[in-house]
Amino acid sequence: MNGEPMSSGNDYKVTLEVFEGPLDLLLYLIRKEEVNIYDIPIERITRQYMEYLSMMRMLDLSVAGEFLVMAATLMMIKSRMLLPPEERSETTEEEEAEDPRWDLVRRLVEYKKFKDAARRLEELERERCDVFTRAEEPLPSPASASAVSLHDVSLFDLLTAFQRALERIGPEDLGEIFAERYTLGEKIDQLLAILAERDQISLSELIAGMRSRHEVVVTFLALLELIRLQQLRAVQEQPFGEIWISRAVVEPTTLES
Amino acid sequence: MPDVPVLPELTEIVGAILLVSRQPVTVDRLVQVFKQTADRMGGAAKDYAAVTAADIEAAIEQLTRQLDTARAGWRVVRVAQGYRIESLAACGPWIRVFLERGRPQRLSAPALETLAIIAYRQPVTRAEIEAVRGVAVDQILRNLLDLQLIRVVGRSELPGRPWLFGTTQKFLEYFGLNSLDELPGVDELRRGADATSKASRPSTIPPAPTPAEEPVHESGTVAAED
Repeated sequence: MNGEPMSSGNDYKVTLEVFEGPLDLLLYLIRKEEVNIYDIPIERITRQYMEYLSMMRMLDLSVAGEFLVMAATLMMIKSRMLLPPEERSETTEEEEAEDPRWDLVRRLVEYKKFKDAARRLEELERERCDVFTRAEEPLPSPASASAVSLHDVSLFDLLTAFQRALERIGPEDLGEIFAERYTLGEKIDQLLAILAERDQISLSELIAGMRSRHEVVVTFLALLELIRLQQLRAVQEQPFGEIWISRAVVEPTTLES
Repeated sequence: MPDVPVLPELTEIVGAILLVSRQPVTVDRLVQVFKQTADRMGGAAKDYAAVTAADIEAAIEQLTRQLDTARAGWRVVRVAQGYRIESLAACGPWIRVFLERGRPQRLSAPALETLAIIAYRQPVTRAEIEAVRGVAVDQILRNLLDLQLIRVVGRSELPGRPWLFGTTQKFLEYFGLNSLDELPGVDELRRGADATSKASRPSTIPPAPTPAEEPVHESGTVAAED
């Protein structure tokens, strides 16, 4: 663990590791766009996928190579969809030509089953939160913060908010781009200061006054870092709803650590 | 030889043992304890020398009922093939204040998904898990091993003899499950029908009206193919 967030210096750089993969992003987009998993509008989903990918790069998230492989796969499916079915592949005449999306759909459906199962495990976990036994702490290890961060809201939900903020600002003056007025350290201090004064703030309020893309990017970096360090929590009460930021009240592990 | 003036009821003894135990206690262990105590103490303790598993099950059932009518704030539950005493969930907020505990740490979605794949498909290799999730899971596996929710259960016969992972007793305790059979939706997700499904999978996308939100009940999907 890195301990306290640094509060000065421009050179402070975050590399957040992302534990979600390309299938998570696709399932998220399918849900967000309310499209049928068996009939994915590949053009639209591919476009969105690429947008999220570029946002992740913009935020310097350590994006796994699998995301790029999936981007290539999507492109390939897209191009094969343009061909008439009989020219799509090496299939023999008797065999019906396969929908180019099928392999991907199968993987998504398979993964979704486990995501649903995981959600039921999460319900069990939540029920257990209020039950105490004489046994030691159920999860005593604070060393594994990366396994336990960002559980209230998904990374992709944060990216959706990020996208909205960037869209609102639109393309900006060249002057803005060169005026690097915000450092990560300052934004971290600023966020902590806001939440020292009040219990919570909605993400839309937080970024409402921002005028430059740079400020939005730095704010999101600060936010992600503070969530990772378990200083702040981001909670979403309903799917695709408003995201609320508050101070994290995680117990300072009572057992020996 | 010390005499036991008033012999406690079976339920009392069982309740007392559950109270002091930090882990779930199995019925077999309790049978053993009654036998050992009779051997060691003799006297009245001998009355319980021949206590059977059925006697203990009955005693626990009675204890459960008694605690319920007494509104004791705690109860006996069956978990991880044993019994343990735990507080009622409704009392959680007060206990948390008493213990000066904040929000407990919980597992992240990627960690829970990885854990779900292991729980349902065990024994399972890292490559199989990654085939389902579509992304590397080594860091998450390390964390879950640290948390003792999973363990290495052996090595696969596959080239390179990769590790096989499975869940632990602590996993059952953490989620309050008695056995893996109690995992939600276990029949559908467990490995099994896999072997035949590859051949039978349709070559075109079936017309399914399932909206993306619904849980998908689609049999015959295969774990790994990459």
